[in-house]
Amino acid sequence: MSNPLRDHRDRRLPKVAGPCGLILFGVTGDLARKKIMPAIYDLANRGLLPPGFGLVGFARRQWDDEDFAQEVHDAVREYARTPFREEVWAQLSEGIRFVEGDISDPASYRDLRRVVDEVDQRRGTMGNHAFYLSIPPGLFPVVVEHLKDSGLTERHGNEWRRVVVEKPFGHDLASAKELDRVLSTAFTPDEIFRIDHYLGKETVQNILAVRFANTMFEPIWNANYVDNVQITQAEDIGIGGRAGYYDGIGAARDVIQNHLLQLLALTAMEEPLSFRPHEVRQEKEKVLSAVTLPADIEAHTARGQYAAGWQGGVPVVGFLEEAGIPPDSTTETFAAIRVTVDNRRWAGVPFYLRTGKRLGRRVTEVAVIFKRAPHLPFDSASVGELSDNALVFRIQPDEGVTVRFGSKVPGTAGMEVRDVTMDFQYGDSFVDTSPEAYERLILDVLLGEPPLFPNSTEVDLSWSILDPVLDQWASQGQPQQYASGGWGPPCAYDMIARDGRQWRRP
Amino acid sequence: MIRLEDTSGGEIARAIAEERHRMGSPATGMVLTMLILSDEEYASDATEAAVLSARQHPMRILTLIPRPGRGPDQIDAQVMVGGDDGPGEVAIVRLRGDRSGHANSVVIPLLLPDTPVVSWWPTDPPPVPADDPIGSHCQRRITDLATSPDPLAALRVRQAGYVPGDSDLAWTRLTSWRSALASLLDNGMTRVTSASVEAEADNPSAILLAGWLRWALEVEVDLTPVAGQGITQVQLDTPQGLITLARPDGAVATLSRPGVPDSTIALPRRGLPDLLSEELRRLDPDEVYGDVLRSLGNPSSGDASGGDA
Repeated sequence: MSNPLRDHRDRRLPKVAGPCGLILFGVTGDLARKKIMPAIYDLANRGLLPPGFGLVGFARRQWDDEDFAQEVHDAVREYARTPFREEVWAQLSEGIRFVEGDISDPASYRDLRRVVDEVDQRRGTMGNHAFYLSIPPGLFPVVVEHLKDSGLTERHGNEWRRVVVEKPFGHDLASAKELDRVLSTAFTPDEIFRIDHYLGKETVQNILAVRFANTMFEPIWNANYVDNVQITQAEDIGIGGRAGYYDGIGAARDVIQNHLLQLLALTAMEEPLSFRPHEVRQEKEKVLSAVTLPADIEAHTARGQYAAGWQGGVPVVGFLEEAGIPPDSTTETFAAIRVTVDNRRWAGVPFYLRTGKRLGRRVTEVAVIFKRAPHLPFDSASVGELSDNALVFRIQPDEGVTVRFGSKVPGTAGMEVRDVTMDFQYGDSFVDTSPEAYERLILDVLLGEPPLFPNSTEVDLSWSILDPVLDQWASQGQPQQYASGGWGPPCAYDMIARDGRQWRRP
Repeated sequence: MIRLEDTSGGEIARAIAEERHRMGSPATGMVLTMLILSDEEYASDATEAAVLSARQHPMRILTLIPRPGRGPDQIDAQVMVGGDDGPGEVAIVRLRGDRSGHANSVVIPLLLPDTPVVSWWPTDPPPVPADDPIGSHCQRRITDLATSPDPLAALRVRQAGYVPGDSDLAWTRLTSWRSALASLLDNGMTRVTSASVEAEADNPSAILLAGWLRWALEVEVDLTPVAGQGITQVQLDTPQGLITLARPDGAVATLSRPGVPDSTIALPRRGLPDLLSEELRRLDPDEVYGDVLRSLGNPSSGDASGGDA
């Protein structure tokens, strides 16, 4: 029976999650405090969580429910995007529970089960629960096994169970498959939600809107007009306190495998038949299957480590001097690769992907750079300052779209032409009021809507693309050092110069 | 801020453009033009709400204040562009003396090219907003029953003058109630046999809520006047028992359902900027509002039993 109070024409009514609870592992982590807990509050504040929502924390801490509620309260106060309102907090905090337990102790899971049952009884969550594993992937097998053994993953009737995992989804193809196997012992593929928070960003979803809602871009979105595509994710900070996570992982696994290849997929994919999850995924899988590495990996990839130096006028230490990093670490903090998409639309167009820490500024963008006009009816001196046309999706910050093209220099005698840019920008404050990526993604988990989550095929395809590069790099010893606050190591400039091109300064 | 005395629509447009250039950002990125037609009493609150809403929906805001009566026959304007409050452009235009009846001719040169136009009467709207010279430019025409001294009479006028594209903030104020109620029936198992709404007397939102429930559920819906702020309670009668959503204090609602422990839902009364931002999210006609409004029949306070007129 459909809901008579929902009319498809009634677009004011948001989708609200049905009765459910979230069980959070890793409550003391940065991600839980800075992203997950505030996002849950923001969802409640926007009226998108069900009445009687339950939040159960699980950790080895001597806390009771109130202590955990206080932790959540502090995190919400500090990081939530919407204003703090006592009545919303009161509503949310009634459903907060804490289970003190050891991740490898079966007795702890019996405690957890008791609390979850109590939440079902007292809060009306009706046996619907999402397990959010905000813990290192190495712990997944033991957690999943105990969840299964304790009966927590058993469902009756219409109840659902879902599991949420964060990147890294493995560290290569084999480990990704193993991770998937572990999760699959207790959850079906459509119950596994892999969070790539980039896909929850409004600006990333906007790539598809701009491409497929307009007529003016799609006709030139191909090898006839596009010279190359540069996808950049740059951070101005170092690894901070994440040495334990980062060493041995590196920039390529941390960012290229998930975020940048997903951005590539959205930029290069064919138009899906519809925006139903299955059809969007089909197109993404197709385009990822067509991604090909160059034959000479060494010549067309680059990696580096940030060295000590100055960044924006502040002295900073090098990667090898960071606390917790061995002085002979070969982990890269900068990675760049060139790939091609071997299909009719993109044949011969290089896609350059680069990411790094301690670069010039914090920016993520997708730049589609067009070919020069085949003939310019101006004398060559007049167009000396004209560069290639470009369309840039700015993912963050300054979310928006920029188009660069040539225009006459006013006041000059002849026909001088130089670059100008046309800019669409979401107001800065627009971004404050629009939902954070985690809000959108957590709500989608609770609603059971998968379109913004990569499935295991996409993850596997991404690893198949990256694995040969990682293997090649593993044999090369130390990455090249690069000065903090710049745009990467010399080998990155060399790699693109070999193709007769240069990096755009983002 | 620029003050223009004895000015015209064209001069105001030039002042906005000059101000943009002076700030070094001639490109705008505005998504709509907002026309606020107001008396002095409501003008500043309405303008402020629109300025705040411009953070989500960058817009050119034109507040038009007719000042008929004695005094010089002239147009005075204050122009503000960008600034701390948000990215919008604001012109507050006072139409004095014989100019008070010619707001439309002032507005035409000020409409942003090829983008939607929205009009908003914070109080005292024309009987048929779509036929008004200003309203005729607009995709969306916003009124507010709550500011009327006689909301029931005003509701009848809205009904009679309804044209798709009209909407009313009394309807917008209901969204959080409607969302909470709709989500209670999402399981697809609950069949409602009758319903009741309690609210302060003559509350136009309550009449629309009862009307919506009657229209969507096709059951009897009682509307009972009680003391309190706005809507205080909605009950849905189902074969499993009563579902009650009660909000006695205007902020937190308690939800009681058969077989489930009581829980609370935050249902705060929202301010004008929030309401306006919701209103501007979509500019196509709100067909559900239109259907509900037309289904009301002849609304009266105690029992707005629609359809049986």
